[in-house]
Amino acid sequence: MGTASTLENIDAVRAMIKRAKLKDHIFGLVGLVCIMLILLTLLILFVDLVVDGYPKLFSADFYSNFPSRRAAKAGLLSALVGSSLVMLVTFVSAVPMGVGAAIYLEEYAPKNWFTEIIEVNVTNLAAVPSIIYGLLALGLFVYTLDFGNSILTAGLTLGLLILPVVIVATREAIRAIPIAIREAAYAVGATKGQVVGQHVVRYSAGGILTGVIIGMARAIGETAPVITIGALTFIAFLPESPVSSTPPFINFEWLTSGFTVLPIQMFSWLSRPSSSFHVNAAAAGAIIILVTLLMNGIAIKMRYNIRKKIKWQ
Amino acid sequence: MNTATQVQEPSQRTTISPRLAKNYRRNITERIIEFLLMLCALSAVFTTIAIVVILVYESYSFFEHVSVFDFLTDPQWTPLFEDAHYGIMPLVSGTLTISFVALAFAVPVGTIAAIYLSEFASHKTRETVKPILELLAGVPTIAFGYFALLLVTPLLQMVFPDLPTFNMLGPGIVIGIMVVPYIASVSEDAMRAVPMSMREGAYAMGATRFQTAMRVVTPAAISGIVAAYILAISRAIGETMVVAIAAGQQPNLTFNPMDSAATITAYIVQVAMGDLPHGSIGYQSIFAAGLVLMLMTLFFNVLGHFTRKKFREAY
Repeated sequence: MGTASTLENIDAVRAMIKRAKLKDHIFGLVGLVCIMLILLTLLILFVDLVVDGYPKLFSADFYSNFPSRRAAKAGLLSALVGSSLVMLVTFVSAVPMGVGAAIYLEEYAPKNWFTEIIEVNVTNLAAVPSIIYGLLALGLFVYTLDFGNSILTAGLTLGLLILPVVIVATREAIRAIPIAIREAAYAVGATKGQVVGQHVVRYSAGGILTGVIIGMARAIGETAPVITIGALTFIAFLPESPVSSTPPFINFEWLTSGFTVLPIQMFSWLSRPSSSFHVNAAAAGAIIILVTLLMNGIAIKMRYNIRKKIKWQ
Repeated sequence: MNTATQVQEPSQRTTISPRLAKNYRRNITERIIEFLLMLCALSAVFTTIAIVVILVYESYSFFEHVSVFDFLTDPQWTPLFEDAHYGIMPLVSGTLTISFVALAFAVPVGTIAAIYLSEFASHKTRETVKPILELLAGVPTIAFGYFALLLVTPLLQMVFPDLPTFNMLGPGIVIGIMVVPYIASVSEDAMRAVPMSMREGAYAMGATRFQTAMRVVTPAAISGIVAAYILAISRAIGETMVVAIAAGQQPNLTFNPMDSAATITAYIVQVAMGDLPHGSIGYQSIFAAGLVLMLMTLFFNVLGHFTRKKFREAY
């Protein structure tokens, strides 16, 4: 009697274990499907853009033509030039400012309410929707400072937008440098500025660079704030070249020029009712996505290598 | 003797002074460096102040023409029509509906992906998938807009033949796809922060991985996971290009995802694409809409921040 019930119990327990293990396997499968779903989305997105834009992607005219009312002739030239120039302004404005802010917060800032306010602001700015930056730029740069809807305005706007990205990445890179490095430099009589400039920034350059690349990748694809400041979609001219063959070789007239950028050009093609422009939109999208994936990929790989390589001991 | 020292003193001073002067210069340089760096850091504060000032200032002019009561209760939003109505509700309803669709997709997928990555996947799988999640998070939103309009909506129309070309379901799902990496990586971080001893305790009692994940790890990490959801809502609300491309431009007071409706962000884009004169009521209306958007996202950001803080204090 006793043995029989134990046997029955054992069978019941085994059945329970079996059920539990089955659930384990089922969840493992569901999880794998979810992960695959995410990965496939990325793949489908990219392949879809390349396939749809295929006729345009490999024609040289597409890169050397201005926008046109005829889909077949419309090209990317002004958007490519515009994107490059805007990125230049963004880089020049966001990188020194972001790196400087990060150095201050990590190396100089005292622990008080003032620093706390700055930190809260940086965190908060990272979560502000990008279109709000567009409204800020519209009110501040376009009308109050009277920069108009120019390359300068767009570059500064995107610069502000990626500032938190640069700050956070730089802080992380600086934090990874052990205190001993700083102490060694102080011990031989370096000032704080020298410690920071000749050691801290130099050793964290790789980490800073990854943050800068990720920030720039975001700026290239960002559309909403640039639309809000009133970027034009039909630009059939190029801004003044920043460098010339005659002295003074460099000019800044291009800063005030009207412009269009890649994502805006894509948006304008996409929002046309005629589907013949959708090919152009897909090709533009494929280029944008390729550039951003490449930049992000390089940055992620770099960060991985840095983490692996540097052991401060 | 006395006179000798008096003569000596100034000459001594001149031999010491180059070093002192150098030190002095060094100190000045140090001060200048620190000041410049502080200015850089203050740029974040200035940006916040500028955002608030501009939004409030332009909205203030807007609310001189439109009463706050009308703004909050009028069921129509038609600032650019002859018969202008300024009720924010249709834009808010569109925004919330799309965010709801997005979260309904992203929460299950993101959470399951996070549990899988944190508790089930091998080290190698995790190290491969996490960078790809990061890549997905870096894809420009305009590309997702293309995806929503020309791939997801046509696919959905095969299932629901009545679905209009511009609808809230397609963009909602696509925004869901966009925030999945975010939910997955933040939740995964929260789960990884749960101490190993808790899992070992569960395993020692004979629990399976699934039981450990569901009954031990997830409850322990719940505030971090919920914070991820809340911050994802904030992102979905602020998302612009996908809805501007694929959800339509018509403000529509509805919570039915099969309808087309404009969101707050889509309205701002629509107005900005046109050529409204500076200072007109239409121009001011985008700042009022922006202020509402800012307040909504700020609410969720603050909520998420506090939820996460609570989670940090748990261990």
